Amino acid sequence: MTAPPVEQIDAVSGIDDPVVQVSNLTLRFGGVTSLADVSLAVARGEILAVIGPNGAGKTSLFNCLTGVYVGEQGTIAFLPRPGESIELAGRKPHRITQLGLARTFQNIRLFNALTAIENVKIGVESRQHTGPIGAMLRLPRTRREERASDARALELLEFVGLHAQGNRLAAALSYGEQRRLEIARALATQPTLLLLDEPAAGTNPNEKADLERLIRRINTEMGLSVLLIEHDMRLVMSVAARVAVLNFGRLIAAGTPAEVQRNPAVIEAYLGTTDEGGSDAASS
Amino acid sequence: MNAYADPPPDGGATPGLSLRTLLDSLGDDDWRRLGGCMFAAVVVALMTGTSGNAQHLTAGVTGSLFKPRIVVFVLLGLALWLAMTFWRRYSDRVRTALAPVRTAKETVSGNQWARYSGYVAVLLVAILLPPQLSVFWQQVLVSEIGIYVLLTIGLNVVVGFAGLLDLGYIAFYAIGAYTAAYFTGFPDANRRGHISPLPAHPPFHLNPFFVLPVAVLVCLIAGLLLGAPTLRLRGDYLAIVTLGFGEIVRITANNSESVTNGPRGAFGVPHFSAFGYHWTLDLMPYWYLLLGIIVIVFMLFRQLENSRVGRSWTAIREDEVAAAATGIPTLKYKLMAFAIGASTSGLAGVIFASQVGSFAPDNFRLINSLLVLVYVIFGGMGSLPGAVAGASILIWLPEALRDHVDPQDRFVYFGALLVVMMIFRPQGVFPSRRRAREIGLAEAGSGGADAMAAPGGVLQQ
Repeated sequence: MTAPPVEQIDAVSGIDDPVVQVSNLTLRFGGVTSLADVSLAVARGEILAVIGPNGAGKTSLFNCLTGVYVGEQGTIAFLPRPGESIELAGRKPHRITQLGLARTFQNIRLFNALTAIENVKIGVESRQHTGPIGAMLRLPRTRREERASDARALELLEFVGLHAQGNRLAAALSYGEQRRLEIARALATQPTLLLLDEPAAGTNPNEKADLERLIRRINTEMGLSVLLIEHDMRLVMSVAARVAVLNFGRLIAAGTPAEVQRNPAVIEAYLGTTDEGGSDAASS
Repeated sequence: MNAYADPPPDGGATPGLSLRTLLDSLGDDDWRRLGGCMFAAVVVALMTGTSGNAQHLTAGVTGSLFKPRIVVFVLLGLALWLAMTFWRRYSDRVRTALAPVRTAKETVSGNQWARYSGYVAVLLVAILLPPQLSVFWQQVLVSEIGIYVLLTIGLNVVVGFAGLLDLGYIAFYAIGAYTAAYFTGFPDANRRGHISPLPAHPPFHLNPFFVLPVAVLVCLIAGLLLGAPTLRLRGDYLAIVTLGFGEIVRITANNSESVTNGPRGAFGVPHFSAFGYHWTLDLMPYWYLLLGIIVIVFMLFRQLENSRVGRSWTAIREDEVAAAATGIPTLKYKLMAFAIGASTSGLAGVIFASQVGSFAPDNFRLINSLLVLVYVIFGGMGSLPGAVAGASILIWLPEALRDHVDPQDRFVYFGALLVVMMIFRPQGVFPSRRRAREIGLAEAGSGGADAMAAPGGVLQQ
């Protein structure tokens, strides 16, 4: 790794009420350092975007947060309510989801043989209690939970604008619809913090505008904190309150969109270093 | 067999087309298919022909192929090829013409009441028909079809619903049978008239009816014990571990002389009795007992399939990483499927033990596990009616062929049916709606339909 020597940046200072606080997280695969000493916090109720070139470690960060990977060092404190801190490192993915952290995937991972509404119901039902005996005998509680699950799933489909698509197969939906269905499924698990992994990838300009509105509404109407990985700078600049930049697994900048856009380290990471024109790149 | 050297088919058999236009319109694929049909004709001719012996090693070939009968098979092959060629060319028109029929069929199969009346019809046949059958068929119905339908329904939960490949399923059946043999014994076997089926004596004697819940519990625990360490494995690895488990159970039963009576097995397991009614060697009461249990288990599993639990299983089968990210405790659900399948198997084991009275470790060989798996796949993975149909058809077939073909050849037909089925209808006799969709998606190039493949992968960055 030829990471340029940079001073230790952290995206923690100044956040008094974080919903999640990552401290000194390091993740290695053999000789490859995916995340190096990353410290980052998401303030309660904010939209934080994580950007960076391909392979910078953005999805690795998500995978550490959601328990798919376990970091080598560092801690991840999750605070569903102010002052109530839960360590996430080492917990199983489904436990983390139940604690209130939901995610979508960069390469959409829906349950393709199930209908749109069934996909969302699976999310809703992660908070329910029907067991095999109750399900077999269709006990009153099972029936009650089934009705609640149907109702909530419909509400969420309505929220993401897919209420007319409920009975279609997930695989039969358009790309943009699949992205929104994945968000609905994640919302169904009643998260406190929503992680969106490149939600705008592969969507057309109209869908992007819808998505922008949707992310805002998730933030304001549902009151969720959002951690967003995105390559589309226009979307990032318009929805995110703060931006953190990763390069070669290191946090190289953090701040408001405008600050980050002016940061020379960020420009260098995106455009590369040139022998003669470094300052030209910065000014362009 | 060079397809190009074959004489062109008789053009006169195709009304409305001259020989020339037909020949001109044939593509490479058509010729290749003709070759395939001819090859199939030769294989079928060999299969149905005489067999060779030590004196006449080539009698199987000469007797089957160098006789006028080969002409019949070649003509049949040609007819098949013509049918296929026409179907490929005109299937669109036929489909359009039959569209109303298809919609009608979908309305019927989508209609709850139509489906329920189908179930009721099958149930009525299952109640009214068996007493009319010969003793031979009653025997097949009770000790083969009934027992194996129950086993197949149970394995369907493991393989079909949860997508876990279990090759040692019969071990739980064995555990159920031995549990029955053990608990129907007597604590003080030395007293006159008290004979225990096994050398080991239980602390208390139970009627086989009360052994049913005990066996369910024992198999549930056995399923959890086997599943807890192994269900972290995926696909092929799980298959190998369960295969090993199946063999361990059989060999342990074979070698533990002092507990299980070794290879001689258990004998004298008493018949069921309840509320003053005693089951005997008479077959029909056992059939109705089995039928009752099958109907109950069928209905329970049907509810399970359409519940939170069934949906979670589908999710795990489709994409384990996404399922976990959606809050499903994947290991717990897989264990649940495994344990539910195991207890169904145990249930079948108890009925088997009590009905036949005596059994040996040889009843629980690997081939039995594989057969149950074949029944599940043949009927349609994840489909309850499919499980019933799969087991019934595939057990019925070799028995029905008994009087018509060389007894040694019976399982050749069985194998041929499986091959043909998997080529032309891989989704099974009555595919489950979810599974049929998965196969459709896999053919369209998205998603994995293969339950045997490891679900989900390592997350890609």
